[in-house]
Amino acid sequence: MILESIVFYSLAVASVGSALLMVTRRNPVIAALYLILNFFCLAGLYLTLQAQFIAVIHILVYAGAIMVLFLFVIMLLNLGDERKLSDAISPRKIIAGGLSLALLLELLSIFVTGTEGLPEYNADQALQVGTVEYIGKQLFTKFLFPFEVTSILLLAAIIGAILLAKKKPD
Amino acid sequence: MEITISDLWQSAPMVSLTLTGLVALLVESMKGGRTTAVYGLSLAGCALAFVFSLWSLGSEVIVFNGMILQGGYASYFSMVFTSSAFFTIVLSRPYMQRLHREQGVLYILILFATVGMMLMASAMDLIILFLGIELMSVCLYVLTGFVRTKVTSNESAVKYFLLGAFATGFLLYGIALVYGTAGTTNLKLISQSFAQLSGNSLFLMGAGLLVIAFSFKVAAVPFHMWAPDVYEGAPTPVTAFMSTGAKAAAFAAFVTVFIRTFAITGTPISEVVAFIAAASMILGNVTAIAQSNLKRMLAYSSIAHAGYMLSGIAAGSAEGETGILFYLAAYTLMNMGAFGIISWVEQQDDTKLTFDDYAGFSAQRPVVAAMLSVFMFSLAGIPPFAGFFGKYYVFLAAVKADLVWLAVIGVLTSVISVYYYLRLVMVMYFRDGNATIEERVPGFAFAVIGVIAALVILLGLYPSLVVDISKTFFKL
Amino acid sequence: MGIQLYLYLSAILFMIGVVGVIARRNAIIVFMSIELMLNSVNLTLVAFSAFLGDVTGQMLVFFVMTVAAAEAAIGLAIIISLFRNKQTVNLDEINILKW
Repeated sequence: MILESIVFYSLAVASVGSALLMVTRRNPVIAALYLILNFFCLAGLYLTLQAQFIAVIHILVYAGAIMVLFLFVIMLLNLGDERKLSDAISPRKIIAGGLSLALLLELLSIFVTGTEGLPEYNADQALQVGTVEYIGKQLFTKFLFPFEVTSILLLAAIIGAILLAKKKPD
Repeated sequence: MEITISDLWQSAPMVSLTLTGLVALLVESMKGGRTTAVYGLSLAGCALAFVFSLWSLGSEVIVFNGMILQGGYASYFSMVFTSSAFFTIVLSRPYMQRLHREQGVLYILILFATVGMMLMASAMDLIILFLGIELMSVCLYVLTGFVRTKVTSNESAVKYFLLGAFATGFLLYGIALVYGTAGTTNLKLISQSFAQLSGNSLFLMGAGLLVIAFSFKVAAVPFHMWAPDVYEGAPTPVTAFMSTGAKAAAFAAFVTVFIRTFAITGTPISEVVAFIAAASMILGNVTAIAQSNLKRMLAYSSIAHAGYMLSGIAAGSAEGETGILFYLAAYTLMNMGAFGIISWVEQQDDTKLTFDDYAGFSAQRPVVAAMLSVFMFSLAGIPPFAGFFGKYYVFLAAVKADLVWLAVIGVLTSVISVYYYLRLVMVMYFRDGNATIEERVPGFAFAVIGVIAALVILLGLYPSLVVDISKTFFKL
Repeated sequence: MGIQLYLYLSAILFMIGVVGVIARRNAIIVFMSIELMLNSVNLTLVAFSAFLGDVTGQMLVFFVMTVAAAEAAIGLAIIISLFRNKQTVNLDEINILKW
């Protein structure tokens, strides 16, 4: 139990820290690297919840594919540092920031009372749900239709990305 | 548990449109791909899906393991979406040819976006709703930025994309909280346990986040800031598609979740939606007066129309649902018509988009001016055009749900809206000038706009044609 | 480990993402903040899924990842096409259409 707490809190602190660093870095490459660190922390947290399959594909898809794409684009465009961050502050943004802080407090206070009806954590049950075998079976039976829909979604995304990013304006 | 032939057959509108898209993609990718063939195929696919929808209107079934509903409600919306896609494709062709940017991919993306819209309207599971929204949005982001050489097109695509993806975050958070409290994403199961869930603050928070996300998609105040710029910067036929098909799809999701699944009457959710509706009607109409660019004016007017329709959601009743369904059909027709004519007058370099550019239009092109006037009268909600009955039904639903104040705001702001819609009519008929359409309009596009104008009048004279159908849809 | 801890953490990460979207001007960093928001929701979903012993949450995470991949491809392509015409990805320089 103590070990679990240590793992959880260290991952939680690391993920919040890397998220804060990502949002505040001026150089996009460094921001992207902090985001990748954040993703590794999240994968660790998924493991504490026995979600092995999600943890693995999270690393593969996010860190391995999506963030690599980000880094490629940042380097392709050869983006420099942003000017001073404080320039960006305007009354409208302060209002928006205040509203999101209010939403956060609202969420946190609701989590105290709203989660009472949830069942107790059962590690065996969670372990059974998170395996590759179980998820695979569900994906190709109960969730077959949404799975097929994603194929169309990816196809549309491929067409669109090629159309917009290809060099020759035919 | 596997997908059966009968499931596929029962979802014929969606399946046929997807297959058409795939075949068109093959044709397009062949060497020396014929754009005309893709164009024809896409139109045929839309027409076929429309016929399938019409045919399955009377029978409702839940298919694919409880994932989607087909027939009835879903078919009704499929008809709206496929007509919107059909008109968009017809209008896109001359527009893109003028810009020398015609590519078959445009039509294929419109088809896939339409499939996404159909998924949104037929979703019986929040997962499908999410995927449908994303499929539609991804295609629309690309369509907005389709004219790659134009900076306005690029900029509006960036803006639309970033704000759309931002809204996706809220949508997902909402879905996550609803799932956590209900223990399922199936809408039927959620609707059965709604009575207990509605007391749970975590569930209400999830529902609130869903309201935010959907309000983004329908462009309702205060989540509307993307609409005017994106509508202005996108190619005009795409704007027409966004403001009709995509808006109808977002409302389909709204109705599915907030009227058919949740019984929101009397809950805090209803108050929030009523507030958003009132704010949209007021801000949309007041800001529209100040616009000189017609695309921007119609963007603000579409925010106002989102407000009118949200009054029906706030009512949360079957009358509200019927009202919204009728309103969407009418709105799709009249807005598509208005944007269609604007796209003919508009020049390649984004000029000829202001009110002044229509001075004397009636003398040069009397028929087109008359049709544009029909659309403007209908948008303003003047009887006997279709727009009037749309407003009548949603406001009636609001009054019946004890939201009299909302209906009063609706009527008052509609009066304001008459000013800017009729201003265009006045300019066309009573100001001297020599406004005209400089490029030749293809006969087919002309005929299509004529049919739309006829339908706007027909629906205004016989609203029961649509209303009676929508009353037969069963509740969850 | 109560579920509240996971929910707190994911709400905090979500709001860091929201603040990033509001405060930053570099389109790519704004987009990365959005990715952070989506991931924090994934954490909520996985936590609910594990506590409920129900697979739907993890399945939804799987679909969210697919969607995120599709959005990344499209979003970066859109940003590249903007950069080709304007040589900038700074949102404040989007003047033709006011941000």
